[in-house]
Amino acid sequence: MKADFITTKLDYVLGWARKFSLFQYPFVTACCGMEYMSAACAHFDIDRFGAGLTRFSPRQADLLLVVGTVTQKLAPVLRKIYDQMTEPKWVIAVGACAVSGGIYNNYAVVQGIDKIIPVDVYIPGCPPRPEAILDALIKLQKKIQNQPQAWKWREKLKK
Amino acid sequence: MGEKLKRRTKRESLLLNMGPSHPAMHGTIRIMLELDGERVLNSEVEIGYLHRGFEKTCENKTYLQVLPYTDRLNYVSPLINNTGYVMTVEKMLGLEIPERAQYIRTIMCEISRICDHLTCLAAMAMETGAFTVFLYMIKAREFLWDVVEQTTGARMTTSYIRIGGVKSDFPKNYKELIKKAVDETRKVLKDCHGLLTKNKIFLNRTKGVAVVSKEDAISYGFTGPCLRATGVYYDVRKAHPYLIYDQLDFEIPLGENGDNYDRYYVRMLEMEQSLRIIEQAVEKMPRGAIEVENIGEILEPYQAIKSARNKKPSQKIKLSPNLEGTEKEKYPHILTSDKRYIIPPKEDTYTTITGLISHFKFFMKGHGIHPPKGEAYFSVEGANGELGFYIVSDGTDKPYRLHLRAPCFHIMSALEKMIQGGYVADIIPTFGSINMIGGELDR
Amino acid sequence: MEGKAKEMKQSSAVKLLKEKFPADILEYSTPFGDETLLIRKENIIKILKFLKETPELEYSLLLDITCVDYIGQEPRFELIYHVYSFRLNHRLRIKTKISEKNPFIESSTCLWKNANWLEREVFDMFGIKFKNHPDLRRILMYDEFEGHPLRKDYPLKKRQPRLPGAE
Repeated sequence: MKADFITTKLDYVLGWARKFSLFQYPFVTACCGMEYMSAACAHFDIDRFGAGLTRFSPRQADLLLVVGTVTQKLAPVLRKIYDQMTEPKWVIAVGACAVSGGIYNNYAVVQGIDKIIPVDVYIPGCPPRPEAILDALIKLQKKIQNQPQAWKWREKLKK
Repeated sequence: MGEKLKRRTKRESLLLNMGPSHPAMHGTIRIMLELDGERVLNSEVEIGYLHRGFEKTCENKTYLQVLPYTDRLNYVSPLINNTGYVMTVEKMLGLEIPERAQYIRTIMCEISRICDHLTCLAAMAMETGAFTVFLYMIKAREFLWDVVEQTTGARMTTSYIRIGGVKSDFPKNYKELIKKAVDETRKVLKDCHGLLTKNKIFLNRTKGVAVVSKEDAISYGFTGPCLRATGVYYDVRKAHPYLIYDQLDFEIPLGENGDNYDRYYVRMLEMEQSLRIIEQAVEKMPRGAIEVENIGEILEPYQAIKSARNKKPSQKIKLSPNLEGTEKEKYPHILTSDKRYIIPPKEDTYTTITGLISHFKFFMKGHGIHPPKGEAYFSVEGANGELGFYIVSDGTDKPYRLHLRAPCFHIMSALEKMIQGGYVADIIPTFGSINMIGGELDR
Repeated sequence: MEGKAKEMKQSSAVKLLKEKFPADILEYSTPFGDETLLIRKENIIKILKFLKETPELEYSLLLDITCVDYIGQEPRFELIYHVYSFRLNHRLRIKTKISEKNPFIESSTCLWKNANWLEREVFDMFGIKFKNHPDLRRILMYDEFEGHPLRKDYPLKKRQPRLPGAE
């Protein structure tokens, strides 16, 4: 009983720490990148939510922001980058092209990145306003807070 | 000591891959380098990671449906792409555009050009380490995007410039709005000049790096700021004037050496010239419907529909704000008078039979805009160079072939030569000064 | 439009070409005001070299090389060169026809350096092979792609996914 109370409180603290210190990896390809740049700069600051530092290495990042269209030529690269990221990791699909292929339905475009990698938050829009990107970040932070944080010794205790 | 070691050790070159996803915020491109220490011996550039099938998609869409796709080509200056496409179709149709619409198009194009140069120089400065310049320039871009948003409704991908004119007129307070944007941009440019132009570190990183000679530039097909940085005087706005550029007074800045610093400086001076063009165009613009006082009775929509059952309502109808710009009195100023190629105003569509029929005939499958058979090429001065559209029409409502002459395709083909012999660290400002836009390069 | 074409003055380039290569020029037209010449494909390099190197003309800027697929017609493809001269401030369009059974033509990389990438793109999208090209391979599509996308008989939505499941 007491162990459960402690793990819940520790879960809360760990969730709080993880959600306010996200290191993001912006995988920018196309037009949505301009709105992402606006969201990251002084006018619509993304730094006030704790997600301001961009780490351009998959090993050091825990949030993968797929911004823009993903083509068939680029799909293996995206899969490789997602595989190289370490747990815990989250993915946000920014823009209509990343969500579902957008206005392009032809031989060259992947119809949505969730055919390749699992996605946590989807942002519609072509391009989405910077406020929409910030709103998605807040939703992701709520999700991080509420998801069970995996503890190694909890698995050991269960056995 | 060093000589003995050099004789005994075998020297091999290193293959390094600057992969499709890399920190330079320009787009997806892959550069494979063969290095000897820090020096680049050979390189190979691989593009095509953003090939979205623009040309094939346009063969299956009508001329009006192609318009949003052209926005997403060079996504930092979308209004210039719109203008290029629309003016090619108007060349085939032989349409006359009212003068106020041409002034509005010019102002919008110049705003787009300034946004493009700001983004390019902001990214280039950020990669050489000047993070403040990036924040300042993006702040100035926000003010310009405010103007675009109040006029067109969207910040970036607007689809504002239509076949026959523009979609809607400026808002009532456009003069103050544009003046504010221009003043803020001037302040930012002055700050950035002070931060970068005589900065020893920036000069060391960009002066004398990636020099392109005049003959090489012409042989590689450069156009735009990269060509003007080598000293060749070629600008489509002066060579083949379109819109109202021949009535405005502006200069074309030229560089001397063709290195990174010249490309940066030419863009800074061009921004100042674009601001001059905007100010002159705002002053010279002919009067439009928004400058006329609104007098008379205004009908609510349900009253208008009711009275339309007897006869056409002669009073003005109060339309909801998102139908702004389709009000009938603004039409003669912003759209051509040839009724076959424009969407009729909403008052006509909802209250008269002729309006309904022309709306129907415009959008119905098989009807719509039918340019005569033939082919046409028209080019505008994009922010990167000569942006040309080549359209082949077979008399139906869909283009048979639509090809884009992308300016940065030709500039990128010279990248392998530009970085050869330099350091790895020189690739970043070189790549930034070229202003490669993935949407335009790969289409 | 037709009356306008008759009144338009022929530029000096067209006059010089008609004197020097009368057998190779098949057709001269001015659709919507652009001067266009249809040329036999065997002597295309000689004509382009003449345009580039004659001192009075100096068409030194190659703006574009592109191709149109007229499926059903024989010859099927039409290759189009746009060139520009700084001295005359004039743009010229040169066209040649290429058939599907013999899709070969001389490469113009000896004259202009950007022809390298432009011809690679035409090869990638249409399948026209350029002789004496230093490095003819795909540029916009990936190497495993089969077929040539911009041909009219390639369906728009036919996907060849690189990753299984990425439809």
